[in-house]
Amino acid sequence: MSEQSNLTLNLEKTADEIRQSVIKMLVEAKSGHVAGPLDMADVFTALYFHILNIDPENPLKADRDRVMLSNGHICPVWYATLAHRGFLPLSELSTLRKLGTRLQGHPHIYEPPGIDASAGPLGQGLSQAIGMALAYRMDGLNHARIYCLGSDAEIQEGQIWEAAMFAGNKRLNNLTWIIDRNNIQIDGFTENIMPIEPLRDKLEAFNWYVLEIDGHNFDEIIASCNHAKAIYERPTVIIAHTIAGKGVDFMEYKFEWHSKTFKPGEAEKALDELRTLQGKIASEHQ
Amino acid sequence: MNLVESLFSPDIKQLPNRDGFGEGLLIAGEEDPNVVALSGDLTESTRLDGFAKKFPDRFFEVGVAEQNMMGISAGLAICGKVPFLTSYAVFMPGRNWDQLRVSVCYSKANVKIIGAHAGISVGPDGATHQGLEDMAITRVLPNLVVLAPCDSVEARKATLAAAKHKGPVYIRLAREKTPVFTTDETPFEIGKAQVLREGNALTIIACGPLVYEALKAANELHIDKNISCEVVNCPSIKPLDSHTIITSAKKTNAVITVEEHQITGGLGSAISELLSEEHPVKIKRIGMPDTFGESGQPNELLEKYGMSSNHIKIAVRNLLGK
Repeated sequence: MSEQSNLTLNLEKTADEIRQSVIKMLVEAKSGHVAGPLDMADVFTALYFHILNIDPENPLKADRDRVMLSNGHICPVWYATLAHRGFLPLSELSTLRKLGTRLQGHPHIYEPPGIDASAGPLGQGLSQAIGMALAYRMDGLNHARIYCLGSDAEIQEGQIWEAAMFAGNKRLNNLTWIIDRNNIQIDGFTENIMPIEPLRDKLEAFNWYVLEIDGHNFDEIIASCNHAKAIYERPTVIIAHTIAGKGVDFMEYKFEWHSKTFKPGEAEKALDELRTLQGKIASEHQ
Repeated sequence: MNLVESLFSPDIKQLPNRDGFGEGLLIAGEEDPNVVALSGDLTESTRLDGFAKKFPDRFFEVGVAEQNMMGISAGLAICGKVPFLTSYAVFMPGRNWDQLRVSVCYSKANVKIIGAHAGISVGPDGATHQGLEDMAITRVLPNLVVLAPCDSVEARKATLAAAKHKGPVYIRLAREKTPVFTTDETPFEIGKAQVLREGNALTIIACGPLVYEALKAANELHIDKNISCEVVNCPSIKPLDSHTIITSAKKTNAVITVEEHQITGGLGSAISELLSEEHPVKIKRIGMPDTFGESGQPNELLEKYGMSSNHIKIAVRNLLGK
């Protein structure tokens, strides 16, 4: 087996564990968003376990790569990823959304360590990521990057286009924007609610370098993030095509699972599917 | 309180208080290399031109995009910069209040928000451009300091204080030339009000350029009617100097508030909230009477909508029954 595929297999296992943590957190919290955290688990895993220059022992180190999550509501996957990466105890994940927790329903800066900005209302993240990228450029942190993770539906917000216009104008080549193209939003499918296609054309027209990937293929996630580092004249946007609710058969592709809570038995079924990597490996419970 | 000598001379120097902001920002820029500035296509009129010329690498033109400008500032601040961003108060915080709330205040981002052209005295541009609600919508935000300097000297001090303060600050500025009546020696501190004139019949608490109108009214009432008014300059709308305000209210037991802002939600509301809990006294609020403005000359508008020194004098006599 090649080195690359070893890496991929390990990332796949980690992403699966993160998905299980997400389900458990949401069951415990009795509310929260499901589909987005599951479909972005692979991107988060690739970033935190392979791509980012970060240090759980020194979460505020000055030359770190930074992640700005713009669609704050998928933060369970961020918290779970940070916990699996050692930024906070795994046991803390069960405090999500409970009184006194650091794991707020939408993220609050520095709670827990690793969260570099607050987010909730959609459309605000890209601007903040641009500010970070400008600051890094001013400070000569040329090897560090800012990653803005956002959703597809949030680009219906006007602020996103103000920000996209600015980043293109300033040629912010230290900024990578990853759009979770899962095609769903609360009221239905994006193309039925308020079409955002042709997305690539729009982004190119705003002077972005556009890559499109399978958001569940680790080789493609890693290759696209590396590719972005070699683009000097433009900011890069990676349209990550994902399957909403990825990893749990009865949730996949369904906009209804954007922020639905589990009925009795559903979470157990989801966890069982995840433990077997959708039937690829034997569950410890079988 | 170290005001200018010929306080009521018709020849008193007049400058827009935004000039003081421009001067202060240049000094702040020299003192701290992390100070940066962002313009929403209003560089000259918000007095960023000096900074832009002197520190071109630390100046960002964002275009007509106030929401983006607020978000970029949050990101810059999170990475250690001290951004000053300027626009007109009607657009900022008017257009980008959500970004101010979440990207800036919730994160305690060290951002300095300059809302220029606040007040009815914007004049001929008319109601859409007269920022009369900004103090109400900034005052409610946790972590945010809200300042309304009375003249260009105080605006310079407020700018320098904002640059040193760790956390978000909103400063409201006016468009028109107004008397420069404070001096370098007049005290200024975030969270402090100053008794500019002592008196015992009634307290006038004012902010912004109308502080001068309050002083003028107090002077004329003293000369013409032998009524002794205390005048308090309250540039720090939040945090409020409760000690100075309560002490004065206890002394006079009657308060008039004066501001170029809607009668609801601004200085008058802040003072009423404080005093009704701590030391209830008769209060009369002078401000924009819950209506939109219109085009006109600044003095005509202040007269029509009841915010001139004449109106302050009438309010004093009504409240005292004299």
